[in-house]
Amino acid sequence: MSIFVDSNTKVIVQGLTGGQGRFHGLRNRDYGTKVVGGVTPGKGGTEVDGIPIFNSVEEAVVATGATASFIVVPPKFAADAVIEAAKAGVSFVVCITEFIPAQDEARMYNTLRRHYPGTRLLGPNCPGVISPGQCNIGITSGDIALAGGPVGIVSRSGTLTYQALYELSQKGVGQTTCVGIGGDPVPGTNFIDCLAAFEADPETKAVMMIGEIGGSEEERAAEFIKENMTKPVVAYIAGVTAPPGKKMGHAGAIISGSQGTAQAKMKALEEAGVTVAKNPTEAAELMVEIVSKLN
Amino acid sequence: MDLFEYQGKQFFAQYGIATSPGGVADTVDDAVAVAETVGYPAVIKAQVQVGGRGKAGGIKIVNNSDEAKSQAGNILGMDIKGHLVKRVWVEHASDIEKEYYASFTLDRAAKMHLAMVSAKGGVEIEEVAVTDPQAIVRHHVNPLDGITLTEARNIAIQAGIDEPAIEGVGEILVKLYNAFVKGDADLVEINPLILTPAHKVHALDAKVTLDDAAAFRHPEWEDYRATQEYDGREKLAKERGLNYIGLDGNVGIIANGAGLAMSTLDVVNQVGGQAANFLDLGGGADANTMTSALEVINTDHNVNSVLVNVFGGITRCDLIAHGIIEALSRVELKAPLVIRLDGTNAQEAREIIEPYVSDKLIIRPTMLDAARTAVNLANGGVEK
Repeated sequence: MSIFVDSNTKVIVQGLTGGQGRFHGLRNRDYGTKVVGGVTPGKGGTEVDGIPIFNSVEEAVVATGATASFIVVPPKFAADAVIEAAKAGVSFVVCITEFIPAQDEARMYNTLRRHYPGTRLLGPNCPGVISPGQCNIGITSGDIALAGGPVGIVSRSGTLTYQALYELSQKGVGQTTCVGIGGDPVPGTNFIDCLAAFEADPETKAVMMIGEIGGSEEERAAEFIKENMTKPVVAYIAGVTAPPGKKMGHAGAIISGSQGTAQAKMKALEEAGVTVAKNPTEAAELMVEIVSKLN
Repeated sequence: MDLFEYQGKQFFAQYGIATSPGGVADTVDDAVAVAETVGYPAVIKAQVQVGGRGKAGGIKIVNNSDEAKSQAGNILGMDIKGHLVKRVWVEHASDIEKEYYASFTLDRAAKMHLAMVSAKGGVEIEEVAVTDPQAIVRHHVNPLDGITLTEARNIAIQAGIDEPAIEGVGEILVKLYNAFVKGDADLVEINPLILTPAHKVHALDAKVTLDDAAAFRHPEWEDYRATQEYDGREKLAKERGLNYIGLDGNVGIIANGAGLAMSTLDVVNQVGGQAANFLDLGGGADANTMTSALEVINTDHNVNSVLVNVFGGITRCDLIAHGIIEALSRVELKAPLVIRLDGTNAQEAREIIEPYVSDKLIIRPTMLDAARTAVNLANGGVEK
């Protein structure tokens, strides 16, 4: 089992004819993901390495029965691409685009919430999602993941997600699904969405959560964990030493005043019964320990 | 990008938000000339991006040209909390009956726009939020709906704005929201928003943060950008497309990805060191990116060791390794390098670096080991 995507998920790639879209789209297909089509306005009827290209998401969905979309388009067009996918009835949309203007992102999020509640958006500015051995949508390198569970991973940071996957896999601990929710201020999918899905997934026995400074999503996640999670959670928060007022790379990773500090997030998680690690390596070690006691 | 007050007022003017007549000056003569034009009494305000400039003596009222000359002379060149005053804003001093507060920003938790309005303006709003939270009205605006004049007026009434100011505050809120959205700002704030004895409402200050991601549709921002102040290294890094923030320690940091870079800072701190910077190579870094990063860090004289922490996903470690070797031939590195490479093609990368290993170029197997080594070196220790 897994969350959000599995071996039956049919994916179209919006932007498959671009350099990045081609690279990641084909890489995802090579991993075993069912990449059934691409969308580029004006290039319908052509193909990319045997994958048919359509002029619109609607055409692609009608022709292929796709239920998921992978969006790899420049920031200017990304919000429109997401809405187009939602309009066409795509239920799961992964958008990796970085630097979408905040105003566009806020409108995009609220448009989905009001008009297309059946569509889940992952991202933007995220590495994507991988259910090892089944489906990989995004830019995560498939060979660092290990199929078979029992750990679910949810993370705000790309490279730290890879680090977590790698360390767990090296130690022989597999993953059900690894979700990168992205580092932007208004993510389509948040920690709670993923935690709830992992709690409901019978194959997932424990969850690793990787947060960072900025906003209050980790604190909200802590509340959720306290109230609703029966499965053990290990958390790591990056940015303990980050100075206030500076954007640490991600648009969302900024401490404003006393808001959004790593310390406050770690405290909230600890109080919710989460095992909080000091660094990514320790997080993996603590998870190995928890997993070894599961059986 | 944070705007200076005078730029914020220029920005407000584009959206019809009333401010006091005034102008910007970078010499004493120009400052006096502006004061003469707007009429006395006039206010001379230091243009720095730091709070508390009034208390620091950076805001003065002047009543004639002699006073204008001497105060402009005092303020220009002043150091306010490490910020050098290069420009002043000079405007006609307003008669003030009441001071209010108004702002729009994004509420990340609600994922909607947030209006904040208070009848207690003129002081730090963070202070009001602590001492008298009831005095701030928070009102969510769905970006799909925007804000109407009726809604804006109601917010003003709820906030306890005085009756003669309700209409004016309402109108300014609508214009301010428009500036926030159309102007692609992350924050627009007026503090104080004033009511004059003649019952006019206008902005006495302007705090605006623009969303850099929207720069592609705002060619007019170039003017703002030209006046942004970066230190030499931040500027160099920006030119090379690196995400760099200077810090106070002595361990230089190079990592790929914002999360890993932040995490590297933390780990350095955990093993008793202090990072000299945050540097994110970004996704898909190659040899050139790596060389640039080493060049940027090499100009920092506080750096006693450099920790390179790369996890290859899309980024190929072998390319990073080539970049390091190439950098060695192009730049004379002052501090020893400690390298940790994992992920895509890490083994090849280690083989590429192996022949060059010395006491100035050290490979460590894990992030923690590498951090310990780098910190030890930075503090004068010896490593093999």
